[in-house]
Amino acid sequence: MTRPLVRPPRKNPILRTRVPTLPPGGRSRVALGLTAAAARGRLELQVCRDCGTVQYPPREACRVCLSQRLDWRQQDGAGELVSDTTLHHSNELFYRERMPWRLGMIKLDCGPVIVAHLHGDCAPAPSRVRVRAHIDRAGQAALIAIPEKDTSNMADDRQLREMTCDPKFRKVLVTDAKTALGHTLVEAVVAAGADLVWAGYAEPWKKPPGFERLSKLPQVSLVPLDLTDSRAVKDLAGEIGGRVDILINTADHHRNFGIAARDGIEVARAEMDTNYFGLLRLAQEFAPAMRSRGADGQSSAVAWVNLLSVFALSNFPPHGTYSASKAAALSLAQCLRAEFAPAGVRVINVFPGPIDDEWNQALPPPKIAPVRLAADIVEALRGGAEDVFPGDIAQDWLSRWRDNPKALERELAVMPR
Amino acid sequence: MNNRRAAYDDVVVTTPVTVPYMRYSIRGAHWFLAGALAEVLRRSGLGKDAIDGLCVSSFTLAPDTAVGLTQHLGLTLRWLDHIPMGGACGIVALRRAARAVQSGDATAVACIAGDTNHTDSFRQNLGTFSQFARDASYPYGSGGPNASFAFLTSYYMRTYGAKAEDFGKLCVAQRSNALKFPYALMKKPLSLDEYLTARPIADPLRLYDCVMPCAGAEAFLVLRRDEAEKLGLPYARILATIERHNAYPDDPIQYRGGWALDCDEMYAQAEIGPTDIDLVAAYDDYPVINVMQIEDLGFCKKGEGPDFVRRHSFTADGSFPFNTSGGQLSVGQAGAAGGFLGLVEIIRQVTGQPLGAVVAEARLGLASGFGMINYDRGLCSGAAILAAGQ
Amino acid sequence: MSESVLLQLVAELASGRVRVVDLTQTLSPDFPQIVLPPEMGQAWPFRIEEASRYDARGPGWYWNNFSCSEHTGTHFDAPIHWISGRHLPDNSTDTIPATRFIAPACVLDCSREAAADADFLLTIDFLRNWERRHRRIPAGSWVLMRTDWSKRLDPVAYQNLDETGQHTPGPDADAVKFLVDERQVLGFGSEAIGTDAGQAFHLKPPYPCHYYMHGSGRFGLQCLTNLDLLPPTGAIVIAAPLKIKEGSGSPLRVVALVPTTARAPAHSSHKGVKKKGLIRKQRR
Repeated sequence: MTRPLVRPPRKNPILRTRVPTLPPGGRSRVALGLTAAAARGRLELQVCRDCGTVQYPPREACRVCLSQRLDWRQQDGAGELVSDTTLHHSNELFYRERMPWRLGMIKLDCGPVIVAHLHGDCAPAPSRVRVRAHIDRAGQAALIAIPEKDTSNMADDRQLREMTCDPKFRKVLVTDAKTALGHTLVEAVVAAGADLVWAGYAEPWKKPPGFERLSKLPQVSLVPLDLTDSRAVKDLAGEIGGRVDILINTADHHRNFGIAARDGIEVARAEMDTNYFGLLRLAQEFAPAMRSRGADGQSSAVAWVNLLSVFALSNFPPHGTYSASKAAALSLAQCLRAEFAPAGVRVINVFPGPIDDEWNQALPPPKIAPVRLAADIVEALRGGAEDVFPGDIAQDWLSRWRDNPKALERELAVMPR
Repeated sequence: MNNRRAAYDDVVVTTPVTVPYMRYSIRGAHWFLAGALAEVLRRSGLGKDAIDGLCVSSFTLAPDTAVGLTQHLGLTLRWLDHIPMGGACGIVALRRAARAVQSGDATAVACIAGDTNHTDSFRQNLGTFSQFARDASYPYGSGGPNASFAFLTSYYMRTYGAKAEDFGKLCVAQRSNALKFPYALMKKPLSLDEYLTARPIADPLRLYDCVMPCAGAEAFLVLRRDEAEKLGLPYARILATIERHNAYPDDPIQYRGGWALDCDEMYAQAEIGPTDIDLVAAYDDYPVINVMQIEDLGFCKKGEGPDFVRRHSFTADGSFPFNTSGGQLSVGQAGAAGGFLGLVEIIRQVTGQPLGAVVAEARLGLASGFGMINYDRGLCSGAAILAAGQ
Repeated sequence: MSESVLLQLVAELASGRVRVVDLTQTLSPDFPQIVLPPEMGQAWPFRIEEASRYDARGPGWYWNNFSCSEHTGTHFDAPIHWISGRHLPDNSTDTIPATRFIAPACVLDCSREAAADADFLLTIDFLRNWERRHRRIPAGSWVLMRTDWSKRLDPVAYQNLDETGQHTPGPDADAVKFLVDERQVLGFGSEAIGTDAGQAFHLKPPYPCHYYMHGSGRFGLQCLTNLDLLPPTGAIVIAAPLKIKEGSGSPLRVVALVPTTARAPAHSSHKGVKKKGLIRKQRR
């Protein structure tokens, strides 16, 4: 049975901080298909279009009929644990530092045999298990077998926790706690067990309803933070940057203009200044300390979450300049992901469709409620995904974009305003 | 399928050579391979120009292959092969060289295997061992073959009732054999109790279940019989050989190897049975594979391995002489040379040139090879039956 | 003649018999910026980005780039800023004759009234009372409404916003018309974020100070400070905006020359202390 996580003791400031190490991260290109699916929280394996054989490890041609038409398809991961072991010795620093480590050899019901990490609650072979694909610390897909049925404190398993960014007992910065989303997200993160949540806010003279309630929560500390002010970002990073384990950037300047609907660049510039340059300022000031704390004990620096938008994938012309600013932020977030990679800190990009707030008032439903979006973000931190598309619209646009991005461009161009 | 294969006529094996093993070396693999070839020449009396065929196996020769070695060592050849098959490379080298000499494509083929061992060699080799290893097994714990064989051992124990004591018995016997072998890196006796209580590596494997990587080389020479007699070299005849890759691909886990598919043909080709064999050298990277080879090479039925182990003794003077130089578990694994070690020991015993423990009246020896955990199982298997020449 | 006046001024300044009082707030990112409804074009707050600071980006020097609105911090409003002044001649910061940048100032102490009521409106009656006690407001002079609003160091209190908008003091329409038509003043100055009262949208006409002042080619000054260090009359104010092409206004340095013979005002609480503008809020 998994022991529930205990709040770690205070860190001894005299001791050297352990530097991050990573599990082996090299993969062939074809194996990156597993990573691409795990990034979206899915287990996918190649299936031969001609004979139906499911393949693993990933390969270039079907192991039965040599067909080169292999498609990545979602699998449910159900299987039988055929053998298991506990490692007490490893050749890589990452695992040496985390011994002992359980591994399993699983025969999936869909066919292939896989080697996977093994959750502590899985009974020794032979037993039934479920296999999941998570992104590991090296940023690659890692398969982990969990018990057939959920067990209590399952998420607290030491090995599973290496692949997740659970806010429990961690310290979280939510950069803009004043928006409807930011507000509920602070509450959701507190409910998820965070020790301390810094709730950022700009323009202190504007107090939206309910914001004062946040300061009543004992875990919450209100901090002024205006992402358009470089000195303010630098000052806050100087104060709290060394303690931030999870940074959730919810700051979002959102207006509803394309190119022709508004004269002058002032609105677009304000969107870029918060949505793109704001991210850049934050990353320059907060990322270095987080990088150095990627392996800093149980409550290590572990994730950077960007609230992007599904509009970042393909421009939504009625919110055209906003879409462009989110696309710029997406590109920069990819850069940030690469810069965080050696530290094992995960960059999670969230791409909601229109949020049910004032800036999307004119868009028809379905729109995602802030409460639901906040829950999805917390779920992404607890799970193994790094690209999250919450809600029906986001899922719909993602499918269209993956299927044929040019067709989506056309469809968005004729959507009613 | 009873496919009687061509015999090996008068192709023979001579000149077993070992370059002394060492734990670490600053030299490159070329140094050890060169040493092996030079010793083959010294013992055989052949000049370098007389060697017109070369078979090479090494994990640490990169960026060179056998081709680079020809210019490096100043060899002009009309037959060349590079065998990247790990623990099966000795058997496969023998097969390739024997047919080359038999057909006249070459007259004197030196088969050499060797590796260096720098302090980080092992880890680097493991990380890039194969595409499947890199993609699908090494990232999981990076335990290397220890993890893979832990799975196999655990499964085998659970399925066939093998106990740690059974594997321990083999390890203790091999250590006893090794104490007399001059090149063995393990020099202290091993008791069953020490074996059972040693440091755990990957459950259920403990320290003495695992080989020690080291540097070194092994070699032998393949010639026509009349050439060997002209040189006055003791020789062994090749009665039969088998080879199989990626056997039983649909087995969920490896509990049997390719020998099971081919061993009947092997005995038929040799015109003998398992009970005629005087000594066996099995590829022993882990004790469970020893037991698997004993079963799959026809000495008992699948699943009866534990019982066989309990009923026999495995020292050179035992009821089933086994890995009589100590095997890799007690001598050390010099990379690809581990795939030659057992074959070279069989050649020594059946040609009357033992270096350590002596197997009395060793007339028929069986050498078995196994290797290349590409992902979750060893893909290569092979075996050869050698007979005393004169 | 004028040469000796100027020489004497220099001497008086050097000796301190003529004091220089800085009426300007510090330009910093924390200083509140006027906020319009989100659908409108906004005025940029002051932002500053370091270009180098004796480092790899520039080893021997330190400099910044900054951005802001023409109406950020202590700033000047030109007639072109308002629709009522759009067609007047010489109505932008680059065309206003420079002679108009130096002028006498009348300081109206409304600090008690503003403390009691954030929406206090300056009326004609208040003006007449002030003139009775001090002097008739001369033509061509600045009228500066002292409210001590600059002492509200907390930006929230300075903006003083609630669900009905901003609440800051200012003149009512009749008072502005009086100053324009009856007194021909140079312009109106305030310590708050606007020359008009926070709720001036509801006056008739809306924003009467902007409407009438700029509509008659006159000026505005906002976010002034240290008005409590000025005498009711006798100070000379120098307020020269940046020479922006077709500029509607600009942040600027406003200073007052104050003769020492002038009486200090009765109820100033920060005698002789130069304020530095808003202090950054303490964080937890």
